[in-house]
Amino acid sequence: MLKQYSFEKTAVQSFADNVPLALRTENLQVFYGANHAMHDANLAFPKNQITALIGASGSGKSTYLRSLNRMNDGIATVTGKIWYHDVDINEPDVNIYEIRRHIGMVFQRPNPFAKSIRENIIYALRAEGIKDKQVLAQRVEESLKGAALWDEVKDTLDKSALALSGGQQQRLCIARSIAMQPDVLLLDEPCSALDPISTVKVEETLAQLREKYTIIIVTHNMQQASRISSQCAFFHLGHVMEYTPTAKMFSDPQIPVTQDYISGSFG
Amino acid sequence: MNAKQKDVVATIAINVIVATVVGILFFLLAYILISGLPHVSWSFLTGTTDSFSGAGGIGVQLFNSFYLLILTMLISIPISLGAGIYLAEYAKDNWRTHLIRSAIEVLSSLPSVVVGLFGFLLFVVQFKIGFSVISGAIALTFFNLPLLTRNIEESLSAVPRNQREAGLSLGMSKWKTEIGIILPVALPGIVTGIVLSAGRVFGEAAALIYTAGQSAPVTNFADWNPMDAASPLNPLRPAETLAVHIWKVNTEGLASNAAQLSAAASAVLIIAVLLFNLGARVLGNYLYRRVTASK
Repeated sequence: MLKQYSFEKTAVQSFADNVPLALRTENLQVFYGANHAMHDANLAFPKNQITALIGASGSGKSTYLRSLNRMNDGIATVTGKIWYHDVDINEPDVNIYEIRRHIGMVFQRPNPFAKSIRENIIYALRAEGIKDKQVLAQRVEESLKGAALWDEVKDTLDKSALALSGGQQQRLCIARSIAMQPDVLLLDEPCSALDPISTVKVEETLAQLREKYTIIIVTHNMQQASRISSQCAFFHLGHVMEYTPTAKMFSDPQIPVTQDYISGSFG
Repeated sequence: MNAKQKDVVATIAINVIVATVVGILFFLLAYILISGLPHVSWSFLTGTTDSFSGAGGIGVQLFNSFYLLILTMLISIPISLGAGIYLAEYAKDNWRTHLIRSAIEVLSSLPSVVVGLFGFLLFVVQFKIGFSVISGAIALTFFNLPLLTRNIEESLSAVPRNQREAGLSLGMSKWKTEIGIILPVALPGIVTGIVLSAGRVFGEAAALIYTAGQSAPVTNFADWNPMDAASPLNPLRPAETLAVHIWKVNTEGLASNAAQLSAAASAVLIIAVLLFNLGARVLGNYLYRRVTASK
């Protein structure tokens, strides 16, 4: 039997005016038909930091993440505001394709295209209108280096991406996202389908990417959250319950539900 | 019986059934080839038919079959591709979509004679196109559309959803994702569907008797201007196909060697279908390798 927790008592931090923010949501709510999946999420994501979203299955963390680059369009109704560079990107007339180029996403299961490694990276770039071969080659090299995959694949760029291992595929998906030169990178449980060694590699990659990108990562794995993130938000049944610096969340959780979840005596 | 014995019995039963199917197929194939091939000669393959007795070569009919097939595919592939993409990706799950799907199913079970008579009344008589390649091609398109549309829809739906998400998350439009990412992955399945429907078109007689006609006027194979009346490419000339020719030789042929003629034509028809299937598969695999970089 799941314990009942009050949704009234939350501990959500806000940031001082001098902290540069990459993305901020204001009263973000998500509905799947009549199902109210996300209640009033007010979160701000500081630039060039990794923010982890944790919580049990069905807590709404992936739903929230997918709303940030409008991947829930046509699937769910999202209300509230998403502030990105002083623009509310949750407005209906916003160019969602443009938004998704600025806010990239990596999914739970590696989903490289059934194309060569090189094509995986440059296909979307060409669709965007970049035709210069040198520019494309440079992007391929930069993004694969950024995803720490270059040394493993530099001689096999024209081989099928599907021949790579799961961990390599996931890093290719990261490379494909950063090749678009986004500001923000959303990762939806990127390591849950990977073995521990691949997971370490992806985590190392993320630690390096933090210098250039703002990263928001959903994870089931609390150790992972504590290893890589500087901020951590805890979701419970469609509510953001606690949002604090990661070190604080794992040493000194503010409210009972977070305490129980982190100590494993949840539910 | 214990589980192990049951398994043995089931395995034997399945093997027997498969052997029966394969056996019948091989028997048919061998029978047609053995009774037909001895009568096939170069002059038979390239010669012209005597329009009164039906005797003579099948050169024009063979060409007509391929030409009609290509013309039919040129009309039906774009239409069914559009319809298939719509049903797989854009159609909402509502009564209108269900209605479209039911209509497609009904269309696919329409007898080919009915399709032929419909084509005869509408194109040949009403639109005054006359017995022609184009009338036949349009009738066969009706015949082809449901099969191809369903096949394309199913091939596209079988591509994992996460491929679409990947495309969208990179800022590509739905259409670009569909054409550039999903379609190439679905290509082998689509090629299989095209090959199957091509076989049907190639062997179809009933729908063509009333639309493409039963006469194969001598054409001038040196004249490739589609506007000329004698050109083999002229889509408005009557065009008896190989399958129709076989039917005609058997029912109203006055030639003394009608039996040999139809046996030989049948063998040629089967070989042509096999060659076409093989060719389409090779082409499909080649395209698939090109777009997916797989081995």
